[in-house]
Amino acid sequence: MTTFLGVPAPRGVGHLRGEHSFPDAARGALADSQLRRNLGHATHTIRGKRASVVGELDDWEQLRLAGSALKAATMARLDEHLERLEREVTARGGTVHWARDANEANAIVTRLVQETGETEVVKVKSMATQEIGLNEALETAGIEAHETDLAELIVQLGGDLPSHILVPAIHRNRAEIREIFLREMPGVDPELTAEPRRLAMAARAHLRERFLRAKVAISGANFAVADTGTLLVVESEGNGRMCLTLPETLITVMGIEKVVPTWQDLEVFLQLLPRSSTGERMNPYTSAWTGVTPGDGPQTFHLVLLDNGRTAALADELGRSALHCIKCSACLNVCPVYERTGGHAYGSVYPGPIGAVLSPQLTGVEDNASLPYASTLCGACFDACPVRIDIPSLLVKLRARHVDEQRARTVPSAEAIAMAAASWVMSSPARFAAAEKVSRAGRLLGRRTGGIAALPPPLSAWTASRDAPRPPAETFREWWARERGGAS
Amino acid sequence: MRIALFLTCLGDAVQPEVGRATVTLLERLGHEVVFPADQTCCGQMHVNTGYQREAVPLVRHHVETFEPYDVIVAPSGSCVGCVRHQHAMVARGAHDDRLAERADAVAARTYELSELLVDVLGVEDVGAYYPHRVTYHPTCHSLRMLRVGDKPLRLLRHVRGMTLVELPEADQCCGFGGTFALKNADTSTAMLADKMRNVLSTGAEVAAAGDASCLMHIGGGLSRLRSGTRTIHLAEILAST
Repeated sequence: MTTFLGVPAPRGVGHLRGEHSFPDAARGALADSQLRRNLGHATHTIRGKRASVVGELDDWEQLRLAGSALKAATMARLDEHLERLEREVTARGGTVHWARDANEANAIVTRLVQETGETEVVKVKSMATQEIGLNEALETAGIEAHETDLAELIVQLGGDLPSHILVPAIHRNRAEIREIFLREMPGVDPELTAEPRRLAMAARAHLRERFLRAKVAISGANFAVADTGTLLVVESEGNGRMCLTLPETLITVMGIEKVVPTWQDLEVFLQLLPRSSTGERMNPYTSAWTGVTPGDGPQTFHLVLLDNGRTAALADELGRSALHCIKCSACLNVCPVYERTGGHAYGSVYPGPIGAVLSPQLTGVEDNASLPYASTLCGACFDACPVRIDIPSLLVKLRARHVDEQRARTVPSAEAIAMAAASWVMSSPARFAAAEKVSRAGRLLGRRTGGIAALPPPLSAWTASRDAPRPPAETFREWWARERGGAS
Repeated sequence: MRIALFLTCLGDAVQPEVGRATVTLLERLGHEVVFPADQTCCGQMHVNTGYQREAVPLVRHHVETFEPYDVIVAPSGSCVGCVRHQHAMVARGAHDDRLAERADAVAARTYELSELLVDVLGVEDVGAYYPHRVTYHPTCHSLRMLRVGDKPLRLLRHVRGMTLVELPEADQCCGFGGTFALKNADTSTAMLADKMRNVLSTGAEVAAAGDASCLMHIGGGLSRLRSGTRTIHLAEILAST
């Protein structure tokens, strides 16, 4: 059920769509043995850490319920909280901008940087700016953006795309990172080894120079407290804090769903987030800033509030719970599909289970029709989600929306015809029993014993890797009728 | 107790031995089993592929077929999951609140086999004898939709003559996922490869589970590899003497 808002809500643009369908994109990833090894190792490590720190808390389930309830209550009055946030940020010396989509946000940020006269910026790790493709937009305007999060730096230097929400270079191992640094990092020690400490020191020397030079920083935000107009970034490395404190101008791009009403709400989310994301009790750095403080930190602060499909998702009763996501990526780390395909196969900056429900809602399901099907509905994501987003149910509902939109086609797909036929057969006991008799012909296929090794399309997708069962000589209902005389 | 058997379409057409084993087991425990002959399919494939409208007649037919019975059992975690968590939703989607209420009432009386045995009939030792080395895959919908927990394992631990070997990464999905196995056949196969690797690492001659669909997938893979390990349904082990 969609709530009508008076004007059509904008669709999400930017890096939310892939060139290929999920099954096609996954095929290449599945064949990459190095990628499979890297992903398997990394997801299992984070999964184990998360399980261990979550297990320490007796009230973890209560925290999840609280997180879910707080998000639902906040979304129900999101407009009021955003206006409050705008008032408070403005009252404390910041400037608030509203961007209906990625293009508008990019134009605003580009103009703000141009007004400073600078041609380079440092960046805090941010999903919102990845979503809108800000770096490319700035590059077009002759502005160089330097990613400062270690993993984002690896991705940027490697000319690569992020493949995970929290650890965007999860698809790379140490040896590959060393090669990227040797190839792309100016002035790097040619004797660099793949030892983690040596790699971190190389990145540190590279980044420090940029921190000290930068006059403009661009960040995202994990939370915004409407009550006081305070923005928060939660991170591990401290590189974010360098960006948030050293430059003269700070521009923050934030999805409108990130607002929380009060500081009290953070008590719940700051417990849920680090344990779910990095598997830590507490993250090393939590930076909070409120407007502009004379003589301390950036003296100019801009907040860009990004819609890019969020209002459309919010208006949808089914969709809005996907906006509760706090981008912890626990669902990616436990997902058996993500573990094998990695993030690039999803085509959007939001991969994994949450990406499979969020991306189609930001863009409209017809633009990401294969993503809701990129799951076995195994339910591991729902169990791991710190704000209890019922991702399997959302996936099923998005599949239904896709099918319903396809009904408008004049020529139904082969699948739609098969499903309608199966419904007709299976809603009648007589027709079902007759169909079973016909399927008995399958006994004659292939070898005379054992399973069936080859079936025609579309069932050839089954027999490509698995034998199909040979239909039995007698169905259960036939056995029952013979043994028990059909009495029921 | 008089128990209605909901065999599931797959159980009827492809693995009738699962139904026969369920009948044998429950009758041995002193219960009366009835097979409502009009039953067909719960509609899970339709719902989970997005064809909710096409699932409505199947839900209605299922509700009408099983409404007269007080206790209903299905040897399938995912079909019980569909009945319990999706039938009413499908009815509401079709704006049929009356059907939704009736579906909820039938769902409340529908049990997965291990739930029926342990929770309703209060039995863990069913008197089975099965002299084989067995590993158990708990299946996603039994674990995370129905929350059956260790009920199947409690039943299996009482089986005489059997060596039960723990399956590494048991709670990981096998990669079946209904039409996922066809739509995303490559990813499904990659997941199956890891599940089979874990099964084979146990040295078990038999891999057991409580869902014919997952077994068809895992068993189809093991058979293709000529691995020498076969699959079997939980009901068949428990029926064995």
